[in-house]
Amino acid sequence: MPWDRNHMAARAARELRHGYYVNLGIGIPTLVANNIPEGMTVTLQSENGMLGIGPFPYEGEEDADLVNAGKQTISELASTSYFSSSDSFAMIRGGHIDLTVLGAMEVAENGDIANWMIPGKMIKGMGGAMDLVAGVKKIIVVMEHVSKNGDPKFIPACTLPLTGKNVVDMIITDLAVFQRPDHASLFKLIEMAPGVSADEVAGKTTAKYDS
Amino acid sequence: MQKIYSDAAAALDGLLFDGMTICAGGFGLCGIPERLIDAIQAHGVKDLTVASNNAGIDGEGLGKLLRTRQIRKMISSYVGENKEFERQYLAGELEVEFCPQGTLAERCRAGGAGIPGFYTRTGVGTQVAEGKEHKEFDGEDYILERGIRADLSIVKGWKADESGNLIFRKTARNFNQPMATASHMTVAEVEEIVPVGSLDPDCIHLPGIYVKRLILGAPYDKKIEFRMTRQREAA
Repeated sequence: MPWDRNHMAARAARELRHGYYVNLGIGIPTLVANNIPEGMTVTLQSENGMLGIGPFPYEGEEDADLVNAGKQTISELASTSYFSSSDSFAMIRGGHIDLTVLGAMEVAENGDIANWMIPGKMIKGMGGAMDLVAGVKKIIVVMEHVSKNGDPKFIPACTLPLTGKNVVDMIITDLAVFQRPDHASLFKLIEMAPGVSADEVAGKTTAKYDS
Repeated sequence: MQKIYSDAAAALDGLLFDGMTICAGGFGLCGIPERLIDAIQAHGVKDLTVASNNAGIDGEGLGKLLRTRQIRKMISSYVGENKEFERQYLAGELEVEFCPQGTLAERCRAGGAGIPGFYTRTGVGTQVAEGKEHKEFDGEDYILERGIRADLSIVKGWKADESGNLIFRKTARNFNQPMATASHMTVAEVEEIVPVGSLDPDCIHLPGIYVKRLILGAPYDKKIEFRMTRQREAA
């Protein structure tokens, strides 16, 4: 049975380490915050200028001046700090963030990622994604294994405009987990969802990888 | 020097001209200079180039200036949540320069700090790098990005003293701080103006040198884009 969104987020959470500073993207990556192991200190960064993101506020305590990068109301922690967007991205670009978890439309076998636009169709923009993939130490992509049309998303070369070139370290899909030790290596299939076979993964993947 | 003006229209008097470039603070609808945007709309100045992380939403924030077609070009990182923007862009009526969020923040910070350009790894190998100078440092590729210097910056703060020293509140600081440094004419609106000496000098986020004109914008009816809450645990 393929993993659902929560399973994928929980799998990504297993990559967290005590003391990590982490930036989570919008969508499934946000759910990683619900899966931080008990007793582990992980500080979440929000690129709009905050370290130490707390849970959603109690009803009646929402504050328009306190939102995450997805523009959702959040709360602060005793350890929270605030800073400007330029300080925030100095932190990101400067390699001070340990890990980021992002969604993607396509990942290529060489670690390229595309997640910001579909020419002629979707024109939302890249937000902070290009900065994150360029600056954060470890890049994890969480995405469905195939698109809504059933097309593979882990492919030989991206067809959409890139967000970053040769930057992805790990891919977690609803079917499997791929990892590579460095940016010169192929990805290796290291895990599959319960009941998912290597043949099924191979049948839904056009990228080259070590099986 | 008197920095405090009676309202947004008075604070912008003599500063607006067609074709000008404006840096605007805010992230989504959080910390946007809404009184100043309203005054720019009322003035009718047009062919604006606006550097702002987002373009508001339909009918809110910079979305108001899009609706009136006063903006010719946006320099932004993310413009989702705005149907009118999408329509104008796809119809070729609005020019858009997509700029990675961190690069935009740094372009404004650098512009304001007298740095006309800087090298960054962000965007290497993407559309963003096309036509830009590439340079290798220590075996890594970087691209040259230009600093931004605007004719006018508009920002929103929380409290200011009468000399223009300013503090922001929580995540409403965002782009307001770098945008405020990126021009020689920064107009700030705040929720409270206090006498000189009331703010702790060690806790000023934006020194008054950057704030040329100041208005009290209160009362504010701050908009929330996505209201999320959690249940209280049963006692």
